[in-house]
Amino acid sequence: MTTIISLTILGVLVLFLGIMKKQSWLLPVILLGLVVSMGLTIMDWNTFKVYYHEMIVVDNVSVAFSTVLIFSAFLIFSLASHYYRGVQRPLDDIFGVMIFALAGAVMMTSYGNLIMLFLGIETLSIALYVLAGSHKEAITSNEATLKYFLLGSFLSGFLLFGIALIYGSSGTFDLQKISVYVSSCAGDYPPMFLAGLFLLIIGLAFKIAIVPFHFWAPDVYEGTPTLLTAFMATVVKTASIVAMFRFFTHTFQGIHGAWETTIWVMAAFTILLGNLTGVYQPNLKRMLAYSSISHSGYMLLAVVAFSPMSENALLLYTLSYSIATISAFGILILIREAHGNDYFSSLNGMAKTNPLEAFCLTVAMLSLAGIPPLAGFMAKYYLFTTALEKGLVWLVIVAIAGSAISVAYYFKPIMAMYLKESNGVKLEVETSYKVHLFFMTMLIILIGLLPFLLIGLL
Amino acid sequence: MLTVILILLPLLLSLIIIAIRREKAIRQFALAGSLIEFGVAVAAFIQYKTSCHCNLLFTADWLSTLGVSLKFGMDGISLLMVMLTTFLVPVIILASFRHSYHRPAAFYSLILLMEMALTGVFVSFDGLVFYIFWELALIPAYFICAVWGGNDRIRITFKFFIYTFTGSLFMLVALLYLYFKTPLPHSFDFQWLYAATLTPVEQTWIFGAFFLAFAIKIPIFPLHTWQPDTYSGAPAAGSMLLAGIMLKMGIYGMIRWMIPVCHEAVQQYASVAIILAITGIVYASVIAIRQSDMKRLVAYSSIAHVGLIAAGVFALTPNAMEGAVIQMVSHGINIVGLFIVIDIIEQRTGTRTIGSLGGIAVKAPRLAIVFMIILLGSIALPLTNGFIGEFLLLLGLFEYSMVFAAIAGLTIIFSAVYMLWMYQRTMLGKTNETTEKISDLSWSEMAVFVPLVIMIIWIGLFPGLFLDVALPDVMQVLNYIK
Repeated sequence: MTTIISLTILGVLVLFLGIMKKQSWLLPVILLGLVVSMGLTIMDWNTFKVYYHEMIVVDNVSVAFSTVLIFSAFLIFSLASHYYRGVQRPLDDIFGVMIFALAGAVMMTSYGNLIMLFLGIETLSIALYVLAGSHKEAITSNEATLKYFLLGSFLSGFLLFGIALIYGSSGTFDLQKISVYVSSCAGDYPPMFLAGLFLLIIGLAFKIAIVPFHFWAPDVYEGTPTLLTAFMATVVKTASIVAMFRFFTHTFQGIHGAWETTIWVMAAFTILLGNLTGVYQPNLKRMLAYSSISHSGYMLLAVVAFSPMSENALLLYTLSYSIATISAFGILILIREAHGNDYFSSLNGMAKTNPLEAFCLTVAMLSLAGIPPLAGFMAKYYLFTTALEKGLVWLVIVAIAGSAISVAYYFKPIMAMYLKESNGVKLEVETSYKVHLFFMTMLIILIGLLPFLLIGLL
Repeated sequence: MLTVILILLPLLLSLIIIAIRREKAIRQFALAGSLIEFGVAVAAFIQYKTSCHCNLLFTADWLSTLGVSLKFGMDGISLLMVMLTTFLVPVIILASFRHSYHRPAAFYSLILLMEMALTGVFVSFDGLVFYIFWELALIPAYFICAVWGGNDRIRITFKFFIYTFTGSLFMLVALLYLYFKTPLPHSFDFQWLYAATLTPVEQTWIFGAFFLAFAIKIPIFPLHTWQPDTYSGAPAAGSMLLAGIMLKMGIYGMIRWMIPVCHEAVQQYASVAIILAITGIVYASVIAIRQSDMKRLVAYSSIAHVGLIAAGVFALTPNAMEGAVIQMVSHGINIVGLFIVIDIIEQRTGTRTIGSLGGIAVKAPRLAIVFMIILLGSIALPLTNGFIGEFLLLLGLFEYSMVFAAIAGLTIIFSAVYMLWMYQRTMLGKTNETTEKISDLSWSEMAVFVPLVIMIIWIGLFPGLFLDVALPDVMQVLNYIK
């Protein structure tokens, strides 16, 4: 709760700074504010609290994932000063909206009531519709926001309809009471409840970009300003998957029956389709879009394999995925800036001209591909162990086949950077940005080497 | 403690070396570092032989909730592999001095990183840690071959990477599955993995996954298609690391835990595996005879030789297994020697096409002598290192099945045919315009070959020292087959 309050205050403060024309204060205040709110979040560790008639439930799971979200946002804001340098227009609106979106994301990790879930999703989504179109002059940005808005609002309708049907059959929005209702049904659910459940799953699957509800993702990612794409690919995805996970853990104490098969199949298709389509992408940004789709599939594994371990597996996975993805987007920003595009040929010979950036992108790619001993491998390994413990052998085999396929595209930038002749363009990077990239790379390596710091937290 | 030093030292060296600027300093540092590493390995060997048979064990917690611990140690088999690795790496580094590679710091750093990963594979006593090192070895190997390789290197090395990575992932699935079959509390410790209770069906699947991973690495027919291209496209040092050491990871893995873990399935499918391996021997030998490129010829000869080792492993007799262990060492030494010779010839004449060479012995007698010794080792002439290994392997195979032994025995005849033919057409005869100006080995180049030649003759004359080290552990592995 303190997290949501502090983030909201931070958002308002940012808007005030805009009114007072203190543009140069914006980022320092935001970064400091995020650190403070992260600190406030962590202070709630091991204190189980409920607010407003169990609208908001703060438990260790929500604390951990809120921290991941705020940390991801912190990493993204650290890239902002470079991304928006030379931009004349005031930025307080963009930053403010980002922080409100973050508050929405935090609500999605700590809801105890379906109304709160819907509020969180809408706070996040409406902010994102604005952010996707925040590059007003670019036609691609306009296209992205229109697509995202049309589909997103449509799917929000699904979600709301699903919640309504669940309410209709169980008579409550409260997760605890739904849980009681579920156990009273003893496996025999009325069709209305099931229909509501499936609509809810579809609504969330859209936000996470799970096959077959992923079609918006590549186009929207490509058109959205790169910094905000990073936000979409990490913060939004983490929040949505946690929301889905939370729904199933709190109502069904796990997952079984028809929706187990549904989610199983969705996970398998997401992994395979995301990875296979990723191979054919011509540029880095679209490739990262498909990479993020396929990673949603892996995260779904944690939902299917519900067990005490899977919360922790999801935590490790979202964290390592977010860091590696933000790091990759950080370099993508540089490439698009220098070349005006991000075709793989633009990366040619980067190892010679920008060895540090090439190294950072390589580590990020290897981590996403799940190559030991990096964070991505540890996360995948832990997730697969969790799934195998539940006896999901075939799903794990599909996931591993997906990892093998993913190497084919994660190596494209690496091959371009190290093996192709340079095109002579040197990326201009200030030292602070380099330090930031290096910091994220070190984090990826450290989480890979010391995963026990995170395993066993939850 | 020595075991941990063996892993950490190369890692440290590879990190330091990036900071060095002058090429000469980089080379000297890399050589000195790898020699120190060899010294540590020798110290471990002496300690193991003389004072304690305590496996030089080191244990530390890592992921205790997941049953993963940092458990390193060496038994006789690992010790021989570590000796081979640490012995070959300085030789490979020394042999690379003749080339002036661009970005030398990265090059030598990657070689040392690779040494670290290879050593890690051989000393891990924990399944997951083994897997991590196994995959880690792939990254430097990929970059060495892809950055400093020859024509078409990008496509070739990518094929190599995808092939081996896919194989390893199957191993990962099997390993994870196995983990849940270990006694409670689950653990990746080898002893735990050995104790896993598996139904016959599970054994078959796990065997299949392991076999795929190891067979790709070795490679066993029909999973060998990445190998000739990769060996011939890689820089000399890359081919040596891959053929000399990296492929031994596969055979080592089979002996170390595929056989103990799925012993029933191994027994059941041994004949299938042997048939595949023997098919590979004949197939690769026939292709080797038809090769016009020296490096490709050696690559195919390697498939044949390694096929024999793999067949020996599956014969599951003490003789064959001993032969496999000693032959891993010998094959590593011989193939590195052959690749260096080919590299020297290629550098001086600009070609490695057999047809356009000839008469080198007249102009470069020292090179011809060295080449001959290595070649004899590789065709398993008595009193060279190749003999004892192939003899034991064939003997063991004979105990398993006479027919298999007879067919596998063709490898000796075949390898004599293609190797001597290659020698005859490149070294003997008249010189032509490409070989006219070839100069003989310089003294620094002799220094590369001296240790190799010494080892070829030493193992040939006194194989007992090496056989004794491995024997108890070989017997222990075979104890699971009953």
